[in-house]
Amino acid sequence: MSDHSEHHIVPLKVYFLVFSALMILLFVTVGVAMVNLGPFNIYVAMSIAIIKAVLVVLYFMHVRYSTRLTMVVAAAGFIWLVFLLGITILDYTSRSWIPGSYQ
Amino acid sequence: MDTTSTVERVSATGIISDTIRTNFLNADYGIKSWLLTKDHKRIAILYLISITVFFMIGGAFAAMIRMELITPEADVFTSEAYNKVFTTHGIMMVFFFLIPSIPATLGNFLVPVMVGARDLAFPRINLLSWYIYVIGGLFTLTALVLGGVDTGWTFYTPYSSTYSNGYVMLTGIGIFITGFSSILTGLNFIVTVHKMRAPGLGWFRLPLFVWANYAASLIMVLGTPVVAIGIVMIALERGLGLGIFDPRLGGDPVLFQHIFWFYSHPAVYIMILPGMGVVSEIMACFSRRHIFGYKFIAFSSLGIAIIGFLVWGHHMFVSGQSSYAGIVFSLFTFIVAVPSAIKVFNWTATMHKGRIVYSTPMMYALGFIGLFLVGGLTGLFCASLGVDIHIHDTYFIVAHFHYVMVGGSVMAYLGGIHFWWPKMTGRMYPEGWGRFSALLVFVGFNLTFFPQFIAGYLGMPRRYHVYPPEFQIYNVLSSGGALVLGIGFMIPLIYLFWSLKYGEKAGPNPWRAAGLEWETTSPPPTFNFDYQPVVDHEPYNYSEIDARSSATVSTHSVQEEQHV
Repeated sequence: MSDHSEHHIVPLKVYFLVFSALMILLFVTVGVAMVNLGPFNIYVAMSIAIIKAVLVVLYFMHVRYSTRLTMVVAAAGFIWLVFLLGITILDYTSRSWIPGSYQ
Repeated sequence: MDTTSTVERVSATGIISDTIRTNFLNADYGIKSWLLTKDHKRIAILYLISITVFFMIGGAFAAMIRMELITPEADVFTSEAYNKVFTTHGIMMVFFFLIPSIPATLGNFLVPVMVGARDLAFPRINLLSWYIYVIGGLFTLTALVLGGVDTGWTFYTPYSSTYSNGYVMLTGIGIFITGFSSILTGLNFIVTVHKMRAPGLGWFRLPLFVWANYAASLIMVLGTPVVAIGIVMIALERGLGLGIFDPRLGGDPVLFQHIFWFYSHPAVYIMILPGMGVVSEIMACFSRRHIFGYKFIAFSSLGIAIIGFLVWGHHMFVSGQSSYAGIVFSLFTFIVAVPSAIKVFNWTATMHKGRIVYSTPMMYALGFIGLFLVGGLTGLFCASLGVDIHIHDTYFIVAHFHYVMVGGSVMAYLGGIHFWWPKMTGRMYPEGWGRFSALLVFVGFNLTFFPQFIAGYLGMPRRYHVYPPEFQIYNVLSSGGALVLGIGFMIPLIYLFWSLKYGEKAGPNPWRAAGLEWETTSPPPTFNFDYQPVVDHEPYNYSEIDARSSATVSTHSVQEEQHV
C-alpha cells in the first residue's frame, strides 16, 4: 500500500486522450439516436453511456491509479446499483408472465 | 493538547488520583466547547441528548395512539388527526431515533476507543453529521408544528405525491437532510476501522461491536442515497408534475415502493446490527467466556448487511408486484434469517457453562435474545407468500416489527447504555433500579405487543382508530402494557441523570471486561489513551482475565462485589 501513498501524477496527454474519446462517443451517441435500431436502441445507447462512465471513473476520478481498497469501494457502489436496478426490473419484466395479469 | 500534558505531569509525580484527573468531560467547559468540539466522545453525548429528545417526542405520540385505541370508537382524534399521529410516531422513531441510536451514540463513543485510535478518521465531518442531523430534525419538527403529515412514515405514492394535503415536502426535506448525517457517520466508521486500528489489532481481533457497526455503516453508505433520491422524485412529481409515480403521467406507483424499501428494509438492519454487536459484548462479559464462534458472528454481520439488500420486495407481496419477483424476495428473506439465527445460536452457546452474572446489561441482552427471536421468527411468517396475504397491513405486522425494532434495537441500546455508562460518565448507575426497570421494560413490552399478534391475526387492520368491538380486549391489554413500558423507560432516564452526580465512582473497568475501551480511564481522556495501545492477545480473553484476577486481590473485584 505504501507505493500508492503518494499521488500518482497523470500526464496531461492521458487526460486529453480520454477527453477526445468522450467527445467522439458523444457524437456517436447523437448519431446512433438518428438511426432506428428497433429493440436495440436502448442497448446501444446504454452501452455507449457505460463506456463513457467507466472512462470518467477510471481516469478523471483516478480509480485506475488508486489502491485496491478504493477500487473495491468504487465497485461496491456499482454492484449495489445493479442490485437495485436488476431486481426491480425482474418485477417489471415478469409481471406479464402471469396470464391475464395487469401489466 | 492540554489534557495529555496535565495527565503526564500528574502521573510523573506519582500522585495520580481520580478527582483531579483530566478527562474528556472536564477538559474544557462552556457551551462553545461542546458545540464546536471535534472529540468523538462529546459528539456522542450530543447525539445521546438529541436522540433522547426525539425518542420522547416519538414516545408521546405512541402514548396518544394507545390512548385513542383503548375504545373501539373515535374518542380523542378525528381520522385525519390520527393519521398524523401515527405518521409522526413512525417518522420520529425510525429516522430520528432508531437509525442513529446505537451507531451515533455508543458507536461514536466506542469505535475509536475500541480500535485504539485517538478519534474517528474525520472528526470535523463527525461534528458536521450531528449538525446535519439537528437541522434535518428541525425541518421535520417545523412540519409537525405547522400541521403535520398524514402519509405514514413510508410516504407511499400516489397518496404522498398527488393527494396528501400535509406537509409532505417539508418532512421529506428533513429526512433527506438527516440521511446525510447517517452517510457521514457510516463513512467515518468505515475509514476508521480500515485505517486506524492499533498495532496488533488485526480484523479478527476487533470486538464484534466494531464488526457490527462496520456492517451497519456499509448499509448507511450504500442504501441511504437511494431513499434520498426517492424523496427527491416525490418532490419532482409534486412540485413540477414530472411523471415518475403517477400512472396518468406514465409513471408507476409501485416504483416508489421499490426505491423506498431498497433503503428502508436494510435500514432495519442499520438498527439491529449494532444492537447485535452490543449483545455480543455483553454476552461474553457476563458469561465470563470467550464468545462462541467469533468468526461466524463477524461474518454473519456482513452476511446480513449484504443479503439484507436483496429482500425489500417482501413489503410488496400484495402491491401488484409480479408474483415471480415475490417468490425471489420470499426466498432471500428466508435466507437472511440464517445469519441472524447463527448469532442467536452462538450467543446461547457462549452462555453454555458460563458463569452468568445477572447484571442490568445482561438482563437487557437476555431480553433482546428472547424478543428478537420472536420478532425474527414471526418475520418468517410475514415472508411466506400465502400467510402474508392474510396478515398484510394488520396488527400482526405492527407487532412483528416492534418486536425487532423495540424488543431488539431498543433493548440492546439500553443494555449498551448501562454497560458502557461507567465508561462514558465515570459513574455507576444503581444496580437494583437497573434490574427492576429492565424487568419492567420486558414485561411491559410483551404486554403491549403480544396481544397485537393475536388481534392482527384475527383481522385488526393497522392505521385505523375505529375498530370492531371484539378487538377491544387486545387493545386494552396493549395500552396497559404501553403504560408499564413507558414507566420502564422513564426510570432509567431518572436514575442515569441521578448517577451523574451521586453514582459511585466506576474505576476503569468495573465489569472486569475485555477490550481496549476498558484499559483506559473512565471517563477516557480527550485522546482516549495516555499511550499508544498495542494489542498482543485475542479478544474476549475472559479466562485469562479471571485467572489473573483470582491470583491477585484487585480493587476491581471489591468493586465488582458492590456493583454486580
